[in-house]
Amino acid sequence: MCLGVPGRVLSIDGMIAVVDFWGVKKQVRLDVIDEPVVPGDYLLNHVGYAIRRIPPEDIAETLAMYDELLGEVRGGGDDLMAADVRGELAGAGKADV
Amino acid sequence: MSDPATSEMRFRDPARAKALGARLAELVAAAGRPISVMHVCGSHEQAIARYGLRAAFPRGLDVTMGPGCPVCVTDLPEIDEAVALARAGVRVATYGDMLKVPGTAMSLADAQAEGARIDVVYSVAQAVELARATRDPIVFFASGFETTAVATAAVLVSDPPPNFTVLSAHKYIPPVMEIVAEMPGAKVEGFLAAGHAATITGSAIFDAFAAQHRRPVVVAGFEPLDVLAGLVALVELVVAGEARAVNCYPRCVTAEGNKVAQALLWRVFQPIGGRWRGIAHVPSGNLRLRDEFAHVDARRRFDIDVASLWQMAPPALVEHCVCGDIMAGIAAPRDCSLFGRACTPDTPVGACMVSSEGTCRIWHQYGGVPDLVQLGARPDAARAP
Ligand code: SF4
Repeated sequence: MCLGVPGRVLSIDGMIAVVDFWGVKKQVRLDVIDEPVVPGDYLLNHVGYAIRRIPPEDIAETLAMYDELLGEVRGGGDDLMAADVRGELAGAGKADV
Repeated sequence: MSDPATSEMRFRDPARAKALGARLAELVAAAGRPISVMHVCGSHEQAIARYGLRAAFPRGLDVTMGPGCPVCVTDLPEIDEAVALARAGVRVATYGDMLKVPGTAMSLADAQAEGARIDVVYSVAQAVELARATRDPIVFFASGFETTAVATAAVLVSDPPPNFTVLSAHKYIPPVMEIVAEMPGAKVEGFLAAGHAATITGSAIFDAFAAQHRRPVVVAGFEPLDVLAGLVALVELVVAGEARAVNCYPRCVTAEGNKVAQALLWRVFQPIGGRWRGIAHVPSGNLRLRDEFAHVDARRRFDIDVASLWQMAPPALVEHCVCGDIMAGIAAPRDCSLFGRACTPDTPVGACMVSSEGTCRIWHQYGGVPDLVQLGARPDAARAP
């Protein structure tokens, strides 16, 4: 799924960023992003590569949407797209859902 | 599992969904004729099927899924190449979706069952790590559209280890939209474009397409409401006869796209014509490695013997598979005599039943005829148990 789950950059070492996706830390490569990235920025990740830095003006809305999604999960909800988000966070890819 | 029509739509603001559905109905009624549009993205079909969105579409609006699943359009000979390499003892790494896709004689999963070494990876970077950790040759069987191809390109420009090569089955979406738009029998009047691919290519790439083929294109997001809003924008353009491209997903997509990614993509790959499974020969639809990257091109590093595979097993049921017509928008899974019988997610005959983004798989998972789920009502018998 290309949900474009956003993650917040914690630190950067060369071409590798450590990104926090709602508490799940993952390494994301910065080879194909088209803007300078600094800690605190939000990124979209596709198969381990950052493909877009989310514009600051869109961050609040985007985070609110995902907060709501993941809040539903934590609250025991059964939302299907939230399940996809979890899958994407787990980094299991989309193999055999 | 909860009923998508009630709990999911409640979560996603049913008032807005109903308003958007009503707007669609109004538009189609005012047009006074049926309207047919196509989306080119497996994630759009998942959102539509999961949330029972077809129930919110007015009668007279036909929304079909085009060739938006990269796994589904990987052609048999491409699978055969990977299988042949694996059976010849070469270690093959690939994305999980590719395992069960049937080739002419067998899938990679079948080869694995026979003892071939197949590694499932989440990222091409993982395949490179595998190569660094061994002296064995590692072939990365690369599938996916341009969004995924840029990751492969990034790896290839940064000195991968000498035992690492790529077997590219990457595909490029814009050319196939041209094919589908001009297919005889296709009545598609507008397109919803695939979001992540547009992140790379930009939405402006569709301006020329829209003008040339006289059909509007709308880039839309993947939330149920995004899909509905994108469809409203698209049908408005169709009804108004405005053939232009509109970006309804600015959070992820800009007009010019990701220039760094484009530069990487075209430095490593060249578009060449090739078959997309079941659809057609698509000029410039396949991404192959440029000559400068011959040293990392598995097709040039290995002598791949697919002919012996072709002698092994003549395709049997595959001949009845209508995946191609489904992706071209001229058939639905219910038109296939194998759907849900000989062809199921456990025993897939066609690639559309393998991938989580394939139309047949999605329909099978969400109950055969997703259109019948009534918005705001209990799901009826059409839903699978
Ligand atoms: S049900 Fe199976 S055989 Fe029929 S079109 Fe779909 S994938 Fe092909």
